[in-house]
Amino acid sequence: MNQTWIILGASSAIARAFCRELAERGDAMVLAGRRKDDLDATATDLKARGASAVDVVLFDARDPSSFDAVIDTVDGVEGLISAAVFVGSMPTQEAIDADPTLIDGTVFDSFTGPAHFLTQLAPKMEERGGGTIVGVGSVAGDRGRLGNYVYGAAKAGFATYLQGLRNRMGREGVHVMTVKPGPVDTPMTFGMDDLPFMAQPETVARDIMRGVERKRNVIYTAKIWWVIMMVIRSIPEAIFKKLSI
Amino acid sequence: MRTSTKTYSGWGRVKRATGHVARPEKPDEIDITAPAIGNCRSYGDASLNTDGTAIDTTWMDRILHFDAKTGQVTVEAGMQIGALARIFAGRGWIPAVMPGTGFATIGGCIAHDVHGKNHHIHGSFGQHVVKLTLLQNGVRKTVSPKSNKELFAATVGGLGQTGVIVQAVLQLMPCAGDVMMVTEQRADGWDEFVALLDASVATYTVGWIDATATGDTLGRGILEEAELGRGIVPDSKQAKSVPFNAPNFALSAPIVKLFNAAYFRRVPERGRTSVKPIGDFFFPLDKIHDWNRLYGKRGFHQFQCVVPVERAPALREMLRMIAASGLASPLAVLKRMGAGSAGMMSFPMDGYTLAVDFPNKDGAEPLIRTLIDKTAEIGGRVYLAKDALATGDQIKPMYPNHAKWIKAVTKADPDGAMETDIIRRLNLRTPL
Ligand SMILES: Cc1cc2nc3c(=O)[nH]c(=O)nc-3n(C[C@H](O)[C@H](O)[C@H](O)COP(=O)(O)OP(=O)(O)OC[C@H]3O[C@@H](n4cnc5c(N)ncnc54)[C@H](O)[C@@H]3O)c2cc1C
Repeated sequence: MNQTWIILGASSAIARAFCRELAERGDAMVLAGRRKDDLDATATDLKARGASAVDVVLFDARDPSSFDAVIDTVDGVEGLISAAVFVGSMPTQEAIDADPTLIDGTVFDSFTGPAHFLTQLAPKMEERGGGTIVGVGSVAGDRGRLGNYVYGAAKAGFATYLQGLRNRMGREGVHVMTVKPGPVDTPMTFGMDDLPFMAQPETVARDIMRGVERKRNVIYTAKIWWVIMMVIRSIPEAIFKKLSI
Repeated sequence: MRTSTKTYSGWGRVKRATGHVARPEKPDEIDITAPAIGNCRSYGDASLNTDGTAIDTTWMDRILHFDAKTGQVTVEAGMQIGALARIFAGRGWIPAVMPGTGFATIGGCIAHDVHGKNHHIHGSFGQHVVKLTLLQNGVRKTVSPKSNKELFAATVGGLGQTGVIVQAVLQLMPCAGDVMMVTEQRADGWDEFVALLDASVATYTVGWIDATATGDTLGRGILEEAELGRGIVPDSKQAKSVPFNAPNFALSAPIVKLFNAAYFRRVPERGRTSVKPIGDFFFPLDKIHDWNRLYGKRGFHQFQCVVPVERAPALREMLRMIAASGLASPLAVLKRMGAGSAGMMSFPMDGYTLAVDFPNKDGAEPLIRTLIDKTAEIGGRVYLAKDALATGDQIKPMYPNHAKWIKAVTKADPDGAMETDIIRRLNLRTPL
């Protein structure tokens, strides 16, 4: 049966690819993000691609007063509700070192905003006794590294939150899946040189879709990152602290 | 706008460029004046801008409007033609014209005024463009054959020289369904092949030709005729990709000859009819991603010309030269082309079109140069979407509206900001 998906951060490149997958299945969507005109255009596109219904609502991860409006959209909706979280921000570590207040925004976007939202949504999903929550984290959350440990810390917080949420929601038939992408070819990474094992947003979207269908708990995408992160996690801290990877 | 420094190439991988590439997600991000490129499916240097900046349009690929009553669809220019077909065919609409790859963008289809397997009936891509939006120096302009005839005709087939096409309204064609009924028939030699092409009444026709066959079998091949219909066929298999550059011997003369003979006999003597998903018929090569890497590091060329109907014997002579050289790859196509075209620099004209791929081995380039001269001699035309070797002196006389096009382009882009490698190679924006 077709479901309704709430998409947080619907303008992101991965969200766009994921929504196209949903559209081809004929699912309905609520696109939540900051740019109304852009989301309206995306909504038209998704409808043309087969989505059964697409709504647009303004949403800002840093402004919890915008959350109610998003959650209200699903009140009248029949069938299962699912949600996918694509928000997050990644200032460079140098920018953060120069201006530590950037930490607050990063944590808001990548962790506390989405966590706040999902906690608010959770009872509604439990009531319906089904659906899926997809939370996009990052491989950066698996280990604090020189290059981006504030972003990594926020994503690690989100991953731990999702773990707990999975533990709670699973009892009511709601599945929670954590996605850990490596570098993805997006406008955010465009022009950065030599990121290893870069994945296309379409590949990530397809991996997410397959993970949802198979009710996986945690997925890495591109898959090679599962191996890479296993190795990186297993390096003893005494050695790791001297490395710059 | 952020740009990235890249080395990129045309589909044939012979021509390469190093330069800046910008990749906007939305047209309103574009704040520079530079030529647009699509998915770089042109074989030569049409999509390259060495040392300059190119605007990669492939991320602007949304459907902006669809009218289910009229079948008119508004799309951003980076939308791929194959995606458009996949999305709408099941609902009774199909792009009226599709080139042999589904990866070509709408912008690229317009800028080369591409033709498909139904050209003899439905004409060229530009004939189904209702209107388009050009971005010229930050200013948007709507252009249609009615409102702005000259600029429209200079843009269609105009190699991106009039501005960045950001969106277009296309008239789709009604279709019964998304399945193809395909009939394949052997032609044992040139005369028979031409006779079959002339006699065909099918909506879609394409001929595979064995460009290695000599003597009595010269010009033998397989004619495919197809119609759209309704039905159910299994989805075609997931695309595969080529992980490495192939070694040189893979396309050596004896191997290609053997392959072609087997490919020819694959179709039974009395022909056969089968049912296929549309993608398998229209875009057979797309099933292997990056198949251009099969030609190895040196890449390959495609030679494509069209010659007037009455010059068919001269085309046979060109094919004889190709076969005698032993340089051709298995990919070779012979087709009847109609007169339909929509741009001043459009390729199509009433006649026969021959397209042959050549691995870039010693001898291939001189042969292609000779073929270009022959084409000129007999009043034919060489396709700029495929060419990497011609000179301006060879090309300009082939295009009767070249002077008009220069005038319109000069008006649209007086400073030459949209010039690309192909324009510079052919010196195409100056008269002969
Ligand atoms: C396997 C294969 C089969 C093919 N079969 C056919 C066929 O049957 N018939 C046929 O006609 N062609 C055929 N082609 C050629 C192909 O259709 C054209 O080269 C087409 O232009 C490729 O589109 P693209 O998006 O890759 O454009 P590119 O190759 O990236 O660019 C082509 C030209 O279009 C311009 N351009 C691209 N986008 C824009 C834009 N938004 N605004 C302004 N200018 C723009 C570029 O500047 C350049 O001059 C085939 C190619 C391949 C690889």
